[in-house]
Amino acid sequence: MKSIALMHDRSNGLGGGFAAYGIYPEYADHYALHVFYDSLAHRAAAEEFINEHFNVDASEMIQTRKVKAITNSPLIWRYFVQPKKNRLLASELTEEEYMVQCVMKINSCYDGAYIFSSGKNMGAFKGVGYPEDIGEFFRLDEYKGYIWTAHGRFPTNTPGWWGGAHPFTLLDWSIVHNGEISSYDANARFLEMFGYKCTLQTDTEVITYIFDYLMRKQGLSIELAVATVAAPLWKEIDRMEEGQKETIKALRTVFGSLLVNGPFSIILGTRNGIVALNDRIKLRNMVAATKGDFLYVASEESGIREICPDPEEVWVPKGGEPVIGLLEGVEHI
Amino acid sequence: MKRVYAREEVCAGCKLCEVHCIVAHSEYPKDIVKAFKKGIRPVARVIVEENRPVSFALQCRHCDDAPCTKACITGAMHRDPETGVVVNEEERCVGCWTCILACPFGAIKRDETGRKVASKCDLCSKNDGVPACVAHCPNEALVFEERN
Amino acid sequence: MSLDYTTPQFIIERNRDRCIDCRVCVNQCANEAHIYDEEEGRVVSDDSRCVDCHRCVVLCPTRALSVRKYPLEYKEHGTWTARDINAIYKQAATGGILLTGMGTDRNYRIYWDHLLLNASQVTNPSIDPLREPMELKTFLGRKPESLVIENGRLAEKLPPQLELEVPVMFSAMSFGSISLNAHKSLARAAEEMGTYFNTGEGGLHRELYRYGQNTIVQVASGRFGVHQDYLNAGAAIEIKIGQGAKPGIGGHLPGEKVGTEVSLTRMIPRGSDAISPAPHHDIYSIEDLRQLIFSLKEATNYEKPVSVKIAAVHNVAAIASGIARAGADIIAIDGFRAGTGATPLRTRDNVGIPIELALAAVDSRLREEGIRNQVSLVIGGTIRNSADIVKAIALGADAVYIGTSALIALGCHMCQQCFTGKCNWGIATQDPNLVKRLNPDIGARRAANLLRAWAHEIKELLGGMGINALESLRGNRLMLRGINLTTKELEILGVKHAGE
Repeated sequence: MKSIALMHDRSNGLGGGFAAYGIYPEYADHYALHVFYDSLAHRAAAEEFINEHFNVDASEMIQTRKVKAITNSPLIWRYFVQPKKNRLLASELTEEEYMVQCVMKINSCYDGAYIFSSGKNMGAFKGVGYPEDIGEFFRLDEYKGYIWTAHGRFPTNTPGWWGGAHPFTLLDWSIVHNGEISSYDANARFLEMFGYKCTLQTDTEVITYIFDYLMRKQGLSIELAVATVAAPLWKEIDRMEEGQKETIKALRTVFGSLLVNGPFSIILGTRNGIVALNDRIKLRNMVAATKGDFLYVASEESGIREICPDPEEVWVPKGGEPVIGLLEGVEHI
Repeated sequence: MKRVYAREEVCAGCKLCEVHCIVAHSEYPKDIVKAFKKGIRPVARVIVEENRPVSFALQCRHCDDAPCTKACITGAMHRDPETGVVVNEEERCVGCWTCILACPFGAIKRDETGRKVASKCDLCSKNDGVPACVAHCPNEALVFEERN
Repeated sequence: MSLDYTTPQFIIERNRDRCIDCRVCVNQCANEAHIYDEEEGRVVSDDSRCVDCHRCVVLCPTRALSVRKYPLEYKEHGTWTARDINAIYKQAATGGILLTGMGTDRNYRIYWDHLLLNASQVTNPSIDPLREPMELKTFLGRKPESLVIENGRLAEKLPPQLELEVPVMFSAMSFGSISLNAHKSLARAAEEMGTYFNTGEGGLHRELYRYGQNTIVQVASGRFGVHQDYLNAGAAIEIKIGQGAKPGIGGHLPGEKVGTEVSLTRMIPRGSDAISPAPHHDIYSIEDLRQLIFSLKEATNYEKPVSVKIAAVHNVAAIASGIARAGADIIAIDGFRAGTGATPLRTRDNVGIPIELALAAVDSRLREEGIRNQVSLVIGGTIRNSADIVKAIALGADAVYIGTSALIALGCHMCQQCFTGKCNWGIATQDPNLVKRLNPDIGARRAANLLRAWAHEIKELLGGMGINALESLRGNRLMLRGINLTTKELEILGVKHAGE
């Protein structure tokens, strides 16, 4: 919160948020659904769906604190759920796909209800306001996690609303993103063929789904997913050794529509670690640093030094070159 | 030396080479309308040979061992020692047409517009550039190049 | 002989002050509209023979010639235009159907002109193509639903793909309808620019086999010039079901155009009419198409993508979906304004739908069915410039075919008389006197230049949108806005109106 507060000028008070991993150890096997409701009536409608599809082991209002700068907050509810076995079996889907489809269903078909976090042992906290105020509002000082991402938004394309703040999440995936991508509709219309519903019209949503599609559905490694999203230039591919050349060429041939064009810097969070990535021609700033076991990534070096005054190594990652931080003992994101 | 070569397969038979040869050798080399309408109109030194669909522009080949120079009775027809271009020095030409008889290509014409003289391609050597016929061929059917 | 009611269409104006009677116009007019009067020692013109091809105008060394519309007008009438009246005169005199060439000249709406492109401002930087990389590479062919990767390396080869350096190919124009020199020009330009030319339905002349790597060989209902070596000569095979200028009918190459070379290439007797049937007589339904697709794949060892070309007709989206499911790797759609060498006038002007709407409908339909990513979509039929291409790709095309634009690059002046075989520019003719007029060196250079120029322009437009690889524009309809379009049109195109 201190770090993002220092970069106050990079946002305009219309969106701030955090994702934290490892915050619900007592419900580690449950999907934690964080939901915004516009009203009690909307909640009742959505809960009908939730109760029909999930076993709900806990249901509560998320604790918040009054903060002067945060107004007009929706009802914010949290559920710890597991899919209903018979429903899951009948759907013939994997558990994850079942979850994704349920989340998509609520977000696209239930007015006034929006699931903004749906992973296990992790959660997103976001809203309209400066990120430091949002953190205060959600009482984040009371949570303990092993990965934290934070985001301050300067929305231009879509109005600032609670669901539109970053991080954007789907299952364990969380994305914070800066920039405006020019490939939005090409990406979105490709994803829509595979059941993704790009309801928010935000780049971040699309980027999240791209990673979900490439890694979860296609089973690609993070390296190959990155080589799709921030694909090497053809002139670089031409210089690669044969096997690699053939592989990257195939990625660009088959998943060209998932190339993310235009400026972006993103931090992708999962339960296993984080990946930070710039667009392939580095149209956005991003700095990384390490100290001991800690990996820091921020838009500005000052944001890192604010919470880690003497990092051991500080560097500016190249465009399209991912910074990958894995938890100890984990081999893949 | 550079010579003019015809590419028969793309000659459109338009005869613009003849038109521009006339202009280049007229009193008004820069004004095509005047070249045709005023003063004496010279004969074209390039001839489009036609037997449709075959057509190509023919002009003096500037033979290394040019029979016309040997046949010339006054020495008017000679080979420029520097450029290699075969030229007819019209002041010395008496219009006896011996060169025309000797030319194996039929590339020399009679010019009877004034005093009778033999008229043939001089590769526009006065202009120092690409011959007019080559420059104005609309289909690149004439090329000016060095070949062995 | 009774009176012929037709009147000249054009008037040839000769500036006598400039005319030098050099007779270049006389020897260049295949229609004999210019005549040298030996007695008068001067050149005169016969307006009634002029087709407005501009050959004489362009070649006249003194710029003494121009051609204008003949000033004769019928008494004004809201229903009976000169077009209607003259057509009746012609048919009353001949009893035949009206033939014409090139695409329709009627004023149907051109949707490209009602679509506007986006550009980046502030929130997203535009990219300068002179300083930053800008990629146009495009692959056409079937894409698998997933990749087989082992140890980080591709473990199963992709199906065969065409690799294009520019998203533009030369569309099918047969040897017979156009000259060998025109074919040569396009083949060489395709090779130089890293793209493909399409043989059309008349086979591949033996001199052009060397350009096989840049050739798409077509198989049409007449099967002209189709044999094992031909199928294997190209980089891809295209089954032609229909073409935009004449949906629903076959082709007809008159016997006069079937000289020795055309006869050898098409494998038909010299001087015989080459008539391709309206349907393929082995395709009476979609499953028959599947059989032909796989026969061709078998014949070429599954090494070449197979394309299926159809005219844009009312039900095009469903048909395209069927073609994709029948196993085609590429679907080529030809809009109703597309050009051709010869077509019945009434078919050309009244059958089919605009390519923009067809493209949008097909792309949307294939996406709804979740199969758009598996096949490639190529469209043609009035791609006039690079902006049309950018709009086509944003609507959802992978690449475009150009026919008329390519011919114009070779010198075509759009007189629309291709069917007469007297093309004064050496393009749509087999007359050896005329074919020579198209120098394939010049033709190849000009056709390649056109693609080069368009590639530059596409890069400029992409850069403006903040995009540096063409795949990020493909189907990116948010980059388009409609102008002066109805709600229904916008809905079909899947674009918002300007200001939205």
